[in-house]
Amino acid sequence: MKSGARLALIACLGTPIFVAAAPGPQPLSLAEEVQHVTAEVGRYGGRLVVGQRSEPKTLNPVTAADAISRQVIARCNADLISINRVSQQTEPALAKTWKVSPDGRTFTLNLRKGLRFSDGYPFDADDVIFSFTVYLDEAVASPQRDLLIIDGKPPIITKLDQYTVRFTLPRPYAAGERLFDGLSILPKHLLEKPYKEGRFAKAWTLNAASSAMAGMGPFRVKQYVAGQRIVLERNPYYWKVDRGDHRLPYVDEIVFLFVGGEDQQLIRFEAGDTELISRLSAENYALLSQGAARNGWQLSDLGPSLEYNFLVFNLNDVDSKKLPDIAGKQLWFRELRFRQAVSVAIDRDSIVKLVYGARGTPLWGNVGPGNKLWINHSIPHPARSLEDARELLRSAGFSWNNAGRLLDSTRKPVEFTIITSSSSSQRMKMATLVQDDLSRLGVEVHVVPLDFRAMLDRVFQTFDYEAAIMGLGGGDPDPNPEMNVWLSSGATHLWHLNEIQPATGWEREIDQLMQQQMITLKYDKRKQLYDRVQQLIAENLPFVFLATPDILVGAKAEIGNFHPAVLEDNTLWNADELYLRAPNAGIERAGLR
Amino acid sequence: MRKRILIAALIALHAAILLAGLLAPYDPANQNRGFPYAPPARIHWVGRSGVYWRPFVYAVSPNLTGYHEDPSQIFPLRFFYRGDSYKLLGLFTADIHLFGVDAPGRIFILGTDAYGRDEFSRLLYGGQISLAAGLLGTLLTLAMAALIGTISGYFGKWADESFMGLAELFLCLPWFYFLVAMRAFLPLHLNPTCTFLLITCVMGSIGWTRPARLVRGVVLSARNRDYVAAARGFGASDFYLIQRHIMPAAFGVLLTQAALLVPQYVTAEAVLSFFGLGIAEPVPSWGNMLSILQQYNVIVSYYWLLAPAGALVVTSVIYWLLADALHHWVKSHSI
Repeated sequence: MKSGARLALIACLGTPIFVAAAPGPQPLSLAEEVQHVTAEVGRYGGRLVVGQRSEPKTLNPVTAADAISRQVIARCNADLISINRVSQQTEPALAKTWKVSPDGRTFTLNLRKGLRFSDGYPFDADDVIFSFTVYLDEAVASPQRDLLIIDGKPPIITKLDQYTVRFTLPRPYAAGERLFDGLSILPKHLLEKPYKEGRFAKAWTLNAASSAMAGMGPFRVKQYVAGQRIVLERNPYYWKVDRGDHRLPYVDEIVFLFVGGEDQQLIRFEAGDTELISRLSAENYALLSQGAARNGWQLSDLGPSLEYNFLVFNLNDVDSKKLPDIAGKQLWFRELRFRQAVSVAIDRDSIVKLVYGARGTPLWGNVGPGNKLWINHSIPHPARSLEDARELLRSAGFSWNNAGRLLDSTRKPVEFTIITSSSSSQRMKMATLVQDDLSRLGVEVHVVPLDFRAMLDRVFQTFDYEAAIMGLGGGDPDPNPEMNVWLSSGATHLWHLNEIQPATGWEREIDQLMQQQMITLKYDKRKQLYDRVQQLIAENLPFVFLATPDILVGAKAEIGNFHPAVLEDNTLWNADELYLRAPNAGIERAGLR
Repeated sequence: MRKRILIAALIALHAAILLAGLLAPYDPANQNRGFPYAPPARIHWVGRSGVYWRPFVYAVSPNLTGYHEDPSQIFPLRFFYRGDSYKLLGLFTADIHLFGVDAPGRIFILGTDAYGRDEFSRLLYGGQISLAAGLLGTLLTLAMAALIGTISGYFGKWADESFMGLAELFLCLPWFYFLVAMRAFLPLHLNPTCTFLLITCVMGSIGWTRPARLVRGVVLSARNRDYVAAARGFGASDFYLIQRHIMPAAFGVLLTQAALLVPQYVTAEAVLSFFGLGIAEPVPSWGNMLSILQQYNVIVSYYWLLAPAGALVVTSVIYWLLADALHHWVKSHSI
């Protein structure tokens, strides 16, 4: 080696590389009432890189409405009581303990003492009172506000002392402690001023200075690069510790890369740029499986999700002058035997096989096998039978012409259009299969893929559609978040929106049952009520349920404590416990340094 | 020799597509739900008991890693086989297919798509839509181009200025975005025939600008020629002059343009259907068959679904060679 080159090499090796170091965890103090986790003890250091479809819209936990923003926000904030994503039961978070009054209306929460926000400022009951004041303020228009309003009234929140808060609900509310999950506690010292000045919605936007933000979550915002990434760093004051009394989280940083849709996320994961991947389609999961052993990926099929995909007919009160075609076809759609015939003619096993690559489950009701606590096992699963379908149609006055086309009682050929979101290849496939299944009954079905927003506009606003294939669910397994769908006055009562009175007897009964289960405190009694709701839904088919996909996720082998869950966020819900068994190499490739 | 090969290729391409029903072993909409993404069938001559006197396929069945052949079940290829009924040339109902195998055997010579539909049958039927859209669109374009180009070139002045101004405007409009926006205003459901006619009309009426400018140039030079001036001197009317002397001069240009426009429009139909603006499922067209390739896993796992792209390339090359040959012919026969 020439002496000049050797000198240059020595100079390079000898030059210290200055990288902004992540803050180390603060030493534990006796005054802190930390929470001990039972996860495997990990090692500190490294970065987790995760792909996201697009960048978050905001970092404000109160105004965020989209899943992508929430995924980032949830890493920086904490709630009082959490739903454990694996057990699906509630567990203490910032509230160390809580007591429910015998009438189920009053919740007294004891907060952990000695905790600090990620900027080092102490946390106490004032922050809780402030947070709920903001959530309940109509002017802030938080999407979570509706969940807290019961019978049109907000809960009364009282500070009993510096670390005790009481919530009094207007009436008993079953599983009321689940309401606290996902409601982030805000730092009063940082947000009170913007709130009082009416600037709350503009606080904590993506461009806000990281020094102006703080939370109780395991990470805090370090850097945002528009269109590229958001970097979170360790919260040195985080309140969870492992069995060896090491303060969590283990990783120094989490980086969310804005890479694009599912395929782009898959390509980045395959390339080694990202460490975790969630909500894979069955095809992409199969693709990754081929290289799993070679690349050391841990792939998991977590079983059926809580999502339900369905075909819905437009039963809204449409203006027969404005939409005469749809109003005419509603005579068929309103006929229960027509909906039953459609349901029994659909080959759900083929949907599971061709759409989900056999990694899914056929559905006949709104609660699938993924929801172990609430599923009604007595709902019948009638096998596909074109004969039964024909019999049902015949009994409802339909007939067939010589060419095999189905005709209604006025000899009009039966045909309708199914709209679906063009961004969901899976629902488009479902629609094509349903189209083929119904063609065997002599029904001509047209499939029209639409932009997602255009489809929502037709379903929720203009009612200018005949049938749609959509999906719902996926959040909390409890029946309460489903109130919006099944109550006749609900905002997501898709098949017939804006009902002033329940349009049918069975909708009236569902209304009563859902209201009743909400105020019933005993699980067994609630289960009975919700079983009946499921039965009524399966009998009357406002939705023709199709199938639910399995939750498919993946991670690199070096990720420790990887315990993905069916509930969201599937892979990152325990981000504070995740650790890297070896320093990760994907960072350089992702162009982050 | 080259000309003969070109003509043979042209005839073969169009015959294959016209006689899709005969050549395709299955109905293009038939779903074989037990066989999604089946790879192209392997045709054998040699089996366990030696060489067979006619080609055959083995039964295939899906397993966890893909599809495997079962050598214990042999299905010989049968020619002029009776299967699904179809309309030959859109007129006669028939059920004879050039080849097929007895049930429960299946022959997917270009594999199957996500629903287990035979890719080869869909390719042939899809070609009917794609090629017909290309040919009809071209006819419409050329009719418009001939009319506008001739009026513009022959009469000049304000007619020329307004038509050529319009042509410039048409050239600078972002048509794809315009079509996407237009789809939102159309009725939710259009039946395949309406969609086909709509696509053809849209493509045909968008593409007139370039050929119209070429025709205008030819007309402009032809109308000043001596023989035209002489005919005019003898009292010939404008209509007579255009019909007798001007249009024949522009004919060569139109012919060459036709050969260039057909593949362009076949591709345009494919692009529109690829983005969901064209023919809807389950009717096949080369564009909507290719739209499945928008999914990463499909493009890396199932190469046979690229067949319509291959068909587009072959069609385009044949037409470009034809355009080239026509160009030479026109040059050698021009005045």
